[in-house]
Amino acid sequence: MIAAAPVLEVKELSVEYQTDAGAVRAVDRVSLDVAKGEFLGIVGESGCGKSTLLFAIARLLTPPAEIAGGSVHFGGRDMVAMTEPELRHIRWRDYSVVMQSAMNALNPVMTIGAQLRDAIEAHERQSAQSLRERSEQVMRLVGIDPVHLGSYPHQLSGGMRQRAMIAMALVFTPDLVIMDEPTSALDVVAQRSLMLQIKDLQRRIGFAAVFVTHDMSLVSHFSDRLAVMYAGQIVEIGDTRAVFADPKHPYTKGLMHSFPSISGPKERLVGIAGSPPDLLHLPSGCRFHPRCPSVMPRCRTEEPPFYQQDGDLVRCHLYDR
Amino acid sequence: MKTEPRPLLETVSLTRHFRLGGVFSKRILHAVDDVDLAIGAAEIVALVGESGSGKSTIARLIARVYRPTRGEIRYHGRPLSAMRSRAEQLEYRGHVPMVFQDPYGSLSPVYRVSHGVLRALKLHRPALAKSAREQVAAELFESVGLSPGREFLVKYPYELSGGQRQRVGFAQALACSPELILADEPVSMLDVSVRIGVLNLMATLRRELRISFLYITHDIASARYVADRLIVMYAGQIAESGPVEDVLAHPKHPYTQLLLSAVPDPRAPISLPASSEVAEPPRVVSPGEGCRFRARCPFAIDECSVSTPHLRLLRPAHTAACHVAASDVADLMPDTERAASSR
Repeated sequence: MIAAAPVLEVKELSVEYQTDAGAVRAVDRVSLDVAKGEFLGIVGESGCGKSTLLFAIARLLTPPAEIAGGSVHFGGRDMVAMTEPELRHIRWRDYSVVMQSAMNALNPVMTIGAQLRDAIEAHERQSAQSLRERSEQVMRLVGIDPVHLGSYPHQLSGGMRQRAMIAMALVFTPDLVIMDEPTSALDVVAQRSLMLQIKDLQRRIGFAAVFVTHDMSLVSHFSDRLAVMYAGQIVEIGDTRAVFADPKHPYTKGLMHSFPSISGPKERLVGIAGSPPDLLHLPSGCRFHPRCPSVMPRCRTEEPPFYQQDGDLVRCHLYDR
Repeated sequence: MKTEPRPLLETVSLTRHFRLGGVFSKRILHAVDDVDLAIGAAEIVALVGESGSGKSTIARLIARVYRPTRGEIRYHGRPLSAMRSRAEQLEYRGHVPMVFQDPYGSLSPVYRVSHGVLRALKLHRPALAKSAREQVAAELFESVGLSPGREFLVKYPYELSGGQRQRVGFAQALACSPELILADEPVSMLDVSVRIGVLNLMATLRRELRISFLYITHDIASARYVADRLIVMYAGQIAESGPVEDVLAHPKHPYTQLLLSAVPDPRAPISLPASSEVAEPPRVVSPGEGCRFRARCPFAIDECSVSTPHLRLLRPAHTAACHVAASDVADLMPDTERAASSR
């Protein structure tokens, strides 16, 4: 679709948490790339490692979590090898992060304007005049009246707080915006409105987006490509519409039969038997095999590699030929 | 849907206000205003609405956590306010239990998961001996899909997944032979792949044990999946009510229409509207007269800021509180007619 060199290139990235019971691998050899201006959705259930992956990409992991292997190239430079001062230089200016809960990510005792000023001044010295202009400009960009620069987070609604977070993330027009469930605390109407706004801003500004969510249907209309994670691994990655039209991995298929629809015939859904595995005691072979309806003998012993199938990559022995 | 002479539970002009600020404050939060709803035997009624619309307050009023500011709740035709004795109240609480949203916060981590069920049995069925109680508890666990029940009884919450914990919540609710279970967002904190199992459990309990449910959710698709009737709340009032398929196929209230258009549906054709509606929650602090949706409503007329619309019957068994919505029923009722949500 977009041929130029990718903005973000993740190769064989692994993240481990050091615990008393040993190292827990929360992200296992994940590879993905994001082209300029592309919207990549990452979906998975709680504990599948999707947020840990985002934090690793943004180099925001704190102990006991640490990168155990692999590389993250952003704009041609290896982020894993970067030192904290080097990171501080590009963080926020070249890439930014929107967190899940704006109420926790914003400082409750500082006005929105003061928090924006902090972020800007960390990178550039600016006159009060141009600071003000820049702040007003990004607030308008996300559809908030600039009078709210003087407001405290608690004075804004949930949707406005999330939009203020996005305003902060866009203040330096970054190349990449990493988003961790930014809409999950919102009602459907506000959620839809925010998603439309993110998509619209993305088209206008041209940043690439990595968007993590547990709600597959949410990204169905918004992402260009979709990666499905299960137990720390990507199990399927491909064009969003293709994945929805024809899911390949039994887990993706199961997810598609897990949420009811408001249109079409009413059918009985079954979900997926069992529950996601404990990362300390991963099943042998394919990690999904205990829950898989199409399980074969080799799935119990042999971990599937990625197989090419209609342009998608699928980690499932069904596609071995 | 059958029209019953007397519903299992009904609310009449149910209202709950909260005073904001100090004792002398004039700022009154209208959490629930004049809600009439009815739940029949073995019926699943879904209550949907955004956060702050008053849906959880209704559940808490029915569960007697709050007392109504005004209005009445009738159970088998009998007002709750008339239940004076402890025995009566205990019986009501056993018959109308609640299942909570957070399966992680609603079970005490220091007790075995059977603690709640055993306590309930001890309190509500004192005649049972200890061994019989354990037998009943094991059977209850089996009936909610925690099998083998005996093995699950001795587990601690941390040993169970979110879906299993929520099933423990249902087992607790089943302990006192309930007639109506108040399920407040029972699946919203569960993983997508296990949600449907809990929804199917609700459907099974209704079919096999004829238990009614008030299913509170913000997820219309799941409401459609399990419920017979749908009640849409907006800013503390009922905006629309009717058979679930009829409301989804013919939404009458502009808010219901907005809500339906916002549901992400991968099976729907991919189309992105050019502009987005900036959604702001409604003002329910001392709201005054007029339709509470009018500021966001594309069809608002002068009338909407003057008088509060009441529920009108617009289709068979389907009502909406809107001055503008057109009726599909041949014999149009006068505007002043207040049709109860269940007729």
